[in-house]
Amino acid sequence: MGHAAVETGSVPAVVARGLTRRYGGVNVVDGIDLDIEAGECFALLGPNGAGKTTTLRMLLGLTPPSAGEITVLGEPIPQRARAMRERAGIVPQFDNLDPDFSVRENLITYGAYYGARRREVEARMTELLQFAELTERADEPIQGLSGGMKRRLTLARALVNDPELLALDEPSTGLDPQARQHIWERLHTLRRQGRTLLLTTHYMEEAERLCDRAAIIDHGHIVACDSPTRLIHQHIEPHVVELRGDLALQWMGRLSGGEALDGLRVDPVGETVLIYGHERDSLLDRVEALIGPGYLYRPASLEDVFLRLTGRELRD
Amino acid sequence: MKVLDHLRQPPALSLRFSAVWLRNLRVWRKLMLPSILGNFGEPLLYLLALGYGLGQFVGEVESMPYMVFLASGIVCSAAMTGATFEALYSAYTRLTQQQTWAAMLAAPMNVDDVVLGEIVWAATKALINASAIVLVAALLGLVAGPEALLVLPVILLAGLAFAGIAMIVTALSPSYDFFLYYFTLVMTPMLLLSGVFFPLSSLPEAVQIGAQGLPLAHVVMLVRPLMTGGGIDAPLLHLGVILVYIVATYWISAALARRRLIR
Repeated sequence: MGHAAVETGSVPAVVARGLTRRYGGVNVVDGIDLDIEAGECFALLGPNGAGKTTTLRMLLGLTPPSAGEITVLGEPIPQRARAMRERAGIVPQFDNLDPDFSVRENLITYGAYYGARRREVEARMTELLQFAELTERADEPIQGLSGGMKRRLTLARALVNDPELLALDEPSTGLDPQARQHIWERLHTLRRQGRTLLLTTHYMEEAERLCDRAAIIDHGHIVACDSPTRLIHQHIEPHVVELRGDLALQWMGRLSGGEALDGLRVDPVGETVLIYGHERDSLLDRVEALIGPGYLYRPASLEDVFLRLTGRELRD
Repeated sequence: MKVLDHLRQPPALSLRFSAVWLRNLRVWRKLMLPSILGNFGEPLLYLLALGYGLGQFVGEVESMPYMVFLASGIVCSAAMTGATFEALYSAYTRLTQQQTWAAMLAAPMNVDDVVLGEIVWAATKALINASAIVLVAALLGLVAGPEALLVLPVILLAGLAFAGIAMIVTALSPSYDFFLYYFTLVMTPMLLLSGVFFPLSSLPEAVQIGAQGLPLAHVVMLVRPLMTGGGIDAPLLHLGVILVYIVATYWISAALARRRLIR
């Protein structure tokens, strides 16, 4: 797609200091600092209710912060939020496409909210429809679109002003695996074009595959912020064995026999046992000696880091 | 922010509101015919049924045939209903179920722009409805002369005022059911006490004084002479009251919508 006007170079996309939001005496976001470079793909990761969406809304000037300072695309927020949003695109968590319009009319009407004339949007229509892969459905009402199509249209709608910064609130939540892959592919394309991508997600795979850096947020704080690889490296042993069902029970039984674990960390999660180790071979040898083959081995992932840092209790 | 903080802050005026107006116009154009018939059928029915039916018994009112008297009243009430329904039900649907407002606010639009766009659109609907009635009244020979065209700018202003009042209700409303209070407590009394169906002078004096606070009463006092060819008493007073309603209700509804949405 076109060429996003990304010549910001030295101007960071987002700078936030001491960002705080109180609701009813509770700090939902509690003193967050953020620095996001132009052209970076950055994820806000966190369990439900951690403060991701509130943080994103404050950065976009949709929620006024209780305390702290924000600059996005060089504009102070919320004072100059309108000027900033002229250069940004927003994909909300819940599709709010206009049900009174067709696919094409949705794009034209949304362009008008940016002050774009009908013919200006028409000029980019082919490109936007192709990007959303909705060319054949351009004149259909949006009620007939699948969830994935709607999300693609919402994404194309956010590109109607050729934005430098794209903010996405849980872009693939509620989509089936195919539709999700499709969205990720689109987001890769946008990143390659040099746009800054800022997204919230609780899909670790999404953050791992798309993002240069991720901030893990919990209880309104950033508990870690780095590239996915470095987060894994810093916060968790690199090798994991996963035992499920009978194997997990077997392992528990063996352990009660008083086996030494030398260097392995065991994390029982419900019916599953996770065993973390620094050395692959010694980890596998130990497990095999205790319960034989049939276990599942995998390298540690961002999800392991996430669960380690944010705990395992259920969130609503 | 507390509601008082929002009320202290004047709405930020900008031409951005026109995109909201344009959006609503585009939707309306798709359903133009049923919409016009729906909005204009009912007041027309009132005019014909009451005008012919009741007119037989009433004879002359304020030295004009009842039908002529009533036509100017129905123009005003059609404007009020048109603006009110649009600013209540349609705007509330866009605010809640359809989340159209949220989508607009993610673009470079402010709450004040969206509220103003909705109010101006609702006033446009009032103008469309009232114009249709004026046209029918003219065809039926119920209009004194071409100065009846001056009714249209008055109706546009009236539409802004009625839409503004309704927008306050919309910004406060927790559900569609809430609108019933507004209809029962505000709309119906206003419709009956503003001189639409019978002259204000036939009411007790206390009620007449109270009616001076109703915007619809002032709209009727401007529109009736324009349509029937009489002189207007204190036109600036009536215009002034309508303008105060326009400014005050936009100010208040924008503040309440900000409180509801910016959180």
